[in-house]
Amino acid sequence: MLSKPDEQGKYGIYGGKFAPEVLMSALEELEEAFNSFSHDKSFKEELELLLRTYAGRPTSLYFAKNLSEAFGARIYLKREDLVHGGAHKLNNTLGQCLLAKHMGKRRIIAETGAGQHGVATAMAAAVLELECEVYMGTEDVERQKLNVFRMKLLGARVNPVDSGSKTLKDAINESMRDWVTNVENTYYLIGSVVGPHPYPLMVREFQRVIGKETKEQILNAEGRLPDTIIACVGGGSNAMGIFYDFLEDDEVELIGVEAAGKGLESGEHGASICAGTKGVLHGMYSKLLQDRHGQIKQSYSFAPGLDYPGVGPELAYLAESGRVKMVSATDEETLSAFEILSMSEGIIPALESAHAIHYAIEEAKRKAKERRNHLIVVNLSGRGDKDIFLVEKVLGDKCNVH
Amino acid sequence: MRIEEKFKELKERKEKALIGFVTAGYPSAEDTKEIANALIKGGIDILELGLPFSDPIADGVTIQRASESSLRAGMNPDLYFEVAARIKGAEKVCLTYYNLVLQRGLEEFVKDCESAGIKGLIVPDLPVEESKPLLKICEGYETDLIFLVAPTTTEPRMAKILDAASGFIYVVSLLGVTGAREKLSDSIRPHIRRIKEMELSMDRPVPLAVGFGISKPEHVRAVCEVADGAIVGSAFIKIIEEGLRSEDDMLRKIEEFARSLKKETKGA
Ligand SMILES: Cc1ncc(COP(=O)(O)O)c(C=O)c1O
Repeated sequence: MLSKPDEQGKYGIYGGKFAPEVLMSALEELEEAFNSFSHDKSFKEELELLLRTYAGRPTSLYFAKNLSEAFGARIYLKREDLVHGGAHKLNNTLGQCLLAKHMGKRRIIAETGAGQHGVATAMAAAVLELECEVYMGTEDVERQKLNVFRMKLLGARVNPVDSGSKTLKDAINESMRDWVTNVENTYYLIGSVVGPHPYPLMVREFQRVIGKETKEQILNAEGRLPDTIIACVGGGSNAMGIFYDFLEDDEVELIGVEAAGKGLESGEHGASICAGTKGVLHGMYSKLLQDRHGQIKQSYSFAPGLDYPGVGPELAYLAESGRVKMVSATDEETLSAFEILSMSEGIIPALESAHAIHYAIEEAKRKAKERRNHLIVVNLSGRGDKDIFLVEKVLGDKCNVH
Repeated sequence: MRIEEKFKELKERKEKALIGFVTAGYPSAEDTKEIANALIKGGIDILELGLPFSDPIADGVTIQRASESSLRAGMNPDLYFEVAARIKGAEKVCLTYYNLVLQRGLEEFVKDCESAGIKGLIVPDLPVEESKPLLKICEGYETDLIFLVAPTTTEPRMAKILDAASGFIYVVSLLGVTGAREKLSDSIRPHIRRIKEMELSMDRPVPLAVGFGISKPEHVRAVCEVADGAIVGSAFIKIIEEGLRSEDDMLRKIEEFARSLKKETKGA
């Protein structure tokens, strides 16, 4: 099955446009611009050139030999950690900044949680000579100082957001308020497959490059499609990006890993699909973490990029239809996978991506009993440099550093 | 009385509508009733009572703060309808975000509005495209679904909105979120003219009330020269905020401010 939004921007019951009236014509304009430019030859060439020469694409598909031997499956890593900036986020920000430029909008605003999307937006804006302002919850500004400094170095203005839970969801609220106010000259660059239509579609399209490359690379390396593809899920952009071109390959199992934080029972997690309910937030109908009245709950994960109480509508739809299987990993499980990958392969993963690594290890162990050569691809969505201070704090003396 | 009848009645008296907004439960559910009574004594015609949402994207800092504070103090939809039901003396409309309506159940929510005497429902994150299910339910009750029209609303969208609208049209005066402003937006007159022309051509004369940024008697006067009513929210919330910090008689201030605004709607 290939999923496609209907006229209203819906994937089944999910998605849509639940936005203030001020923004509705801007969303229509954006949809038109995206539809025309994404088929425009020179736009595509320009983006392709940037992705190749600036972002460093294609990223490699790396056979993780040591990890594979240790756990009994053939495990490949799609190395999005090697994209300029250290995460898959730049694929989307280059695409959208280029679109903004073609639309004649010179001011870019973005929200950020971990700071990865903020950094990627600042980079794309700098290279394409656009003005950039990033909204970030004060809690995250504190947690991710390094990225705040990077954004500033890249010429972006960082606007701290002190309302609500002071994290990603509030940064999105504040970005939408800015957009409502400055809609005539401002482009709102959303960092994941969330928000009102056409954002979920557009971000997925710009992230699809991950899956397209993966398909070609795995066929070259193994002569067949993988049995399982695993990606972590915050808003769902790296997952949708790698999954999309495999949706019609029914033999490929697609697995999304959400943040179980301190455990799903604890209530402190970011697992909107595994443990959430349906509702409307940030312009979309999707799965959310909320109380029975509809007030949005604070999410939790030690991986700031997964600390969001919602998820992309297309992924919610694919999960409900059964095409994508959703699971979750706790902080503790993730930390152990973080150490294992660092030690065994010399790759320090982002804490977000380490959720997917954890599940890949579990899957490998399970499958090792059933069959030989179970073929797994993990989307390694980012590198862990940004997380080392947090990990140091958590691991403390337990860390095996010599 | 249905909202459109209220506008008609005012028109016969050569008055325009003053619509006052406050966030229910700010600073507490008990205070809300007294604040509403002060507004009504001051002369507001319609009370717009906000049911707070955790993520109010259409609101500026003043209403955000009030919403957060109200939620912390325990406001929820059950309590909201109880409080609303006890307020008498003005027509009432509810302003909230769509998720709260969804989670209660559309029919349940509208039924509760009707039982509490709430005659209209404003949902700023529910555009006309997504409004069909709620609209259909509202039609079965004595409740109007009130739509917003923004300066950026295109003609085709405006036609769709007018087609669905009843009660009044909430004319968003500016590009931006709610919040008191020093100056009234210059574009209000042409904006209103555009809507009126569309109303005329469609033969759908729904009353127009202008909101966002209106904070002074002279704003109300200017708005009432071209529209059927003015909506004032953040300016009232600010008085409540200040009242919490000082020993001032906040209720008296609210009443007096409302009176000073209402005066400007007469004979316009
Ligand atoms: C490295 C990395 N992976 C994953 C995510 C989660 O986002 P998404 O689910 O949209 O890929 C983030 C978000 O900041 C991230 O930085």
